[in-house]
Amino acid sequence: MSTLSLGRSLAALVAVIALAALPYAIKEVYYVNIASQILLYAVFALGLNILVGYGGLVSLGHAGLFGIAAYVAAYLLVAGHGHLLAIAAALVASLVATAGFAALSLRSAGITFIMITLALGEIIWGLAYRWISLTNGDNGITVPARPAPFGIALSSARPFYVATLIVFLIAIAAAGIFVRSPFGAALRGTRDQPRRMNALGYHVWMIRFWALMFSGLLSAIAGILFVYYNQFISPQALALTASAESLLMVISGGAGTLFGPVVGAALVVIVKNVVSAYVERWNFMLGAIFVAIVVLMPEGLVPGVARLTRSIWRSRTRAKPNLPLTMGPRQ
Amino acid sequence: MSALVVDKLTKSFGGLRVTRTVNLNVEQGERRLIIGPNGAGKTTLFNLITGELAPDAGSVHLFGRDITRMPTRRRTHLGMARTYQIITLFGRDTIEHNVTLALLGLSPLRWNPLAALGRQSHLAVQARDALGRVGLEHIAGRPLAETSYGERRRVEIAMALAQKPKLVLLDEPFAGLSIDERQDVRKLLIAIPREVTIVMIEHDMDVALDLADRITLLHFGEVIVEGTRAEVVADVRTREVYLGE
Repeated sequence: MSTLSLGRSLAALVAVIALAALPYAIKEVYYVNIASQILLYAVFALGLNILVGYGGLVSLGHAGLFGIAAYVAAYLLVAGHGHLLAIAAALVASLVATAGFAALSLRSAGITFIMITLALGEIIWGLAYRWISLTNGDNGITVPARPAPFGIALSSARPFYVATLIVFLIAIAAAGIFVRSPFGAALRGTRDQPRRMNALGYHVWMIRFWALMFSGLLSAIAGILFVYYNQFISPQALALTASAESLLMVISGGAGTLFGPVVGAALVVIVKNVVSAYVERWNFMLGAIFVAIVVLMPEGLVPGVARLTRSIWRSRTRAKPNLPLTMGPRQ
Repeated sequence: MSALVVDKLTKSFGGLRVTRTVNLNVEQGERRLIIGPNGAGKTTLFNLITGELAPDAGSVHLFGRDITRMPTRRRTHLGMARTYQIITLFGRDTIEHNVTLALLGLSPLRWNPLAALGRQSHLAVQARDALGRVGLEHIAGRPLAETSYGERRRVEIAMALAQKPKLVLLDEPFAGLSIDERQDVRKLLIAIPREVTIVMIEHDMDVALDLADRITLLHFGEVIVEGTRAEVVADVRTREVYLGE
């Protein structure tokens, strides 16, 4: 193993230990809940990043896929079904919807793709808002209880955080494996040169379809975590602003990087929940932060900081004078 | 059996007919040069042969198989490869990764979302081998953004050859190259074994003419002269249309 990959593995191990220890190091439950929110939104942003960052397809309708999973789970739980069935049905329903999204939106890329996903997201939001007999409209659906896997109740903040962390770690590992795979390379190729990829023998549409399905799966998982976290779902969670926020998480953190969406999710959740407690005009502040990121680090925070660190390191090593090891007598 | 048969191929963009009942018969192992002034429809003909454009009428046969309605990617799997007039590569990646993508395009591995691409040593060996053929093995790990125009042309050719094609379509492989680079690419094309059929569009007559077994002259989307080098050069229509005499 090279020094670089050993260093990365060690850093990952330290990060996992720190994340696992976090709920026990923080005394206030409120902040543990914020950490849970960051992780569940990070899963959502990771899913969107597969499409936006690696596939070059900007979706403004992903909150719809997130919301379908959340609504199906909530509906079945309220109807008295078990958690396992509710989760499985939520995943299946969201994947079926994702396939529908793909069939309609993958006819083109670029601005048309954005507009179709926006329209599909709005249709799902409209259904959640207006199909009152099924969704309870604006009043939403309240979920009776969180699950207790292997007898461990997730009703309190700390066990729920640990469960969310486990899901998050699986999701980020899966995304990492995916993007380093031959399929991930093919997906990046379709982002950069779709025409060339076609001429090289790749089925560009099919590659994008499976990327969208994976992205939809991660969005659905995040939706299920969301409904368990809040024990409530309403059309607000599916609105255009939710899709736009998730897109901002990806772009601000660094699209096409593994850790960028996680940093972006942390940024958005912290500003929305923590900063808003102290600053009345927190929306303005969030906007100002995004403008600053776009101006100063257009590639996003993670690659931007990496670039900055590299250039500082280079300038320091260049500036270092070649001092002689021993000083001779003055002439 | 012919490597490529184009029969009465026709294509219009709106009211403009860019390809008019073009017929082409390229034998296996042949080096065919397609010449013609700007706007003659040469690249459109390539796009029709590769399937990037659908013809209005006519047919294309590859080694006896009708591929007229076949998608581009499937034609590639049947042994057709091409290069582009405007270099079309993956600028964010290394030279080796570009060639690896070409290799992966024909491998079932391209659908694998679990294996690590970096651990596919057989692909790396094949990519280095293909780059060795074009003299770029020593800079395989260099990002494409840090390469010269001539090196990129050679990467394009390496990508086409890496796919072990039976038919290669080269769209102006000498375009934009210096005199030395032209000679390098020329040597490279001469070294391609005769099992591979080559159809090439080229403007540079000095370099391209002696590479060709037969030459086809296109003008306003029509084949107006076809024959050996001597026949085409001697033809009065060639002089009128292309050589400016």
